[in-house]
Amino acid sequence: MAEIVLDKVSKRYPDGALAVSEVSIDIADGEFIILVGPSGCGKSTTLNMVAGLEDISSGELRIDGERVNEKAPKDRDIAMVFQSYALYPHMSVRENMAFPLRLAKVDDATVNRKVNEAAEILDLTAHLDRKPANLSGGQRQRVAMGRAIVRNPKAFLMDEPLSNLDAKLRVQMRTSVSKLQKQLGTTTLYVTHDQTEAMTLGDRVVVLRGGHVQQIGSPQHLYDNPANLFVAGFIGSPSMNFFPGQIAEGSVRSPLGTVPLPDRLKDAVQAGSGQRDVIVGIRPEHFEDASLMDDASRERGGLVTVKVDVLESMGSDAYAHFTVEQSEAIESAELAELAADSGRTDTGSDTGFTARLSAATTARAGEPIELWFDTDKLQLFDPSSGKNLVSVE
Amino acid sequence: MTTQGPNPAETAAGSTAVAEPAEDAKRGNGKKNGKSALSEGKRAERRLAWLLCAPAVIVMVAVTAWPIIYSLWLSLQRYDLRFPDDTEFVGLDNYVAVLSSGYWWTAFGVTLAITVVSVAIELVLGMVLALVMHRALVGRGLVRTVSLIPYGIVTVVAAFSWYFAWDQVYGYFTGPDDAPLTQTIPSLLIIVLAEVWKTTPFMALLLMAGLALVPDDLLKAAAMDGANAWQRFTKVMLPVMKPAILVALLFRTLDAFRIFDNIFVLTKGQNDTSSVSMITYNNLIKGLNLGIGATMSVLIFISVAIIAFVFIKLFGTAAPGSDTEGRR
Repeated sequence: MAEIVLDKVSKRYPDGALAVSEVSIDIADGEFIILVGPSGCGKSTTLNMVAGLEDISSGELRIDGERVNEKAPKDRDIAMVFQSYALYPHMSVRENMAFPLRLAKVDDATVNRKVNEAAEILDLTAHLDRKPANLSGGQRQRVAMGRAIVRNPKAFLMDEPLSNLDAKLRVQMRTSVSKLQKQLGTTTLYVTHDQTEAMTLGDRVVVLRGGHVQQIGSPQHLYDNPANLFVAGFIGSPSMNFFPGQIAEGSVRSPLGTVPLPDRLKDAVQAGSGQRDVIVGIRPEHFEDASLMDDASRERGGLVTVKVDVLESMGSDAYAHFTVEQSEAIESAELAELAADSGRTDTGSDTGFTARLSAATTARAGEPIELWFDTDKLQLFDPSSGKNLVSVE
Repeated sequence: MTTQGPNPAETAAGSTAVAEPAEDAKRGNGKKNGKSALSEGKRAERRLAWLLCAPAVIVMVAVTAWPIIYSLWLSLQRYDLRFPDDTEFVGLDNYVAVLSSGYWWTAFGVTLAITVVSVAIELVLGMVLALVMHRALVGRGLVRTVSLIPYGIVTVVAAFSWYFAWDQVYGYFTGPDDAPLTQTIPSLLIIVLAEVWKTTPFMALLLMAGLALVPDDLLKAAAMDGANAWQRFTKVMLPVMKPAILVALLFRTLDAFRIFDNIFVLTKGQNDTSSVSMITYNNLIKGLNLGIGATMSVLIFISVAIIAFVFIKLFGTAAPGSDTEGRR
């Protein structure tokens, strides 16, 4: 149990590349913190610095108030779970889990008791005498967790622990990781590139991009109040739609039509008087098939008629992919990076938008449809800086 | 002489290569027995398989099997080229003669000592060198090239340079009253030195391949689990690379047991420094005694086979080329 403080921690490699830039995070005792971001954003480097596997170039790392920058990994009392699980292939499951205890010269009786306890928790009792090579992916993952929990470390570090599992198992293990962490109450720092894992697991989520912290907050907070275009595009699935737009005289004009600004936004953008360019963001789930809405509800939002390119039915709801006519494309480094990360630039479909509609929708591919959108949920961003016009926090 | 020529490892590898196509053909037909069940196509396929590996089989028989068989046959004869008319089948008499001879057992002891000592030193030095080459951050290519130079020098040439280093008259390591190459123990030490200097890079190369089998994550995990550098080395690195270490040891032991060139150049086998290969050479080529010489080469062959057997069966070394080699 410990609180971990990263105080302006930076990592600069000998070749001058800055991997992590002045990251400051206060992790409370027992908190489950997720580091999330696209590949190369510095999240694994940050984790390795906390672990002691990489040197900290500048800044301070404190565990329980004590500076540990110079301490070797073994003296930090932190356990780590690796993406590859890093199980010792020559040891049985029991020996793997007992390894940290043996190194700590714990007596045999205690080792046995702790290993058995951990095996009990992780449902590994039947596999204790097998070698890792004879285990399934999920079992190996649990052994890796077991090796971490046997010695009651001050904190767990997890480096994409579920990435090597298949989709179904990943969802199951996600739940068990969460349950385990709640049960043990151990401070946990968890790295992932998967925004779903970030949203579902974390008490708080740290979004990183290019070594810089973009935003720290609870999953819901990040979803409702993204600090900038990057966070807005990264959090949420399918990701947020962005349109170029202008605000003038209390209303916002965009390819979705001209709609009055909701009060929440009106106050925020008042400072910039007159007309200004913005980027309008709206999540797919804030669209609805207008024909399914009653009149009262329709009043509260905007209406736009679009042509549906593709309709994907998920059973519970339907994803309508559509295009709108727009005078100019949005140019933003952050959005370009997001697109590259999700592979959208490879598939050449970066101009499409997505709406999540009720399964009862009458939308058909290739046919126009009238969409309703919730103007209350609009997000406005500054086109040059990418910052959310509504300041959060 | 001829029997120890082909490296047993090479022989083994060669024969697997030969066997494979035939096995493929067998697998292909589903039913192994009952030739009548074979379809025309399968039979043609099998014939083709045999045809394809026939050249290799013929070469193997010519250069390996035949010399081995011929040596066995010679070892059962009294056959001395100085008395060619006195040739006679004598059964195991030659073996009795060799195995009851003090010369053979001295040479055997010397060979064994050189093998054990030099391979042990090579393992330690090779491991250090491999770790340096594996971990080197700067000039990795240079370090590797430099450390491999000794291995690139012909053994006889290297042996001569050691000879001139330790020679009583010309030696730059010796004085006028100092002649290490005329004393048994110093000679053996110099032979071991020459052997170690020459083959440590080879050991290092084999071990480096083994080091590549140890994932970085494993060492990081061990560091997180509380292992210091030495514990990471002994408890994680060594066990994981054990297959590679055993293969390296097997190769080097087999090679070292057949040591010849260094001794030939440095001492000519004087003062009880002969290896078994050395006295075989003396009997066979110098003494022209084909019977005794063949007997000794068969005994070397058997010793090498026993070493290989011990390594593979008792230590569980994966035979080179087999499926289990280096797998985790």
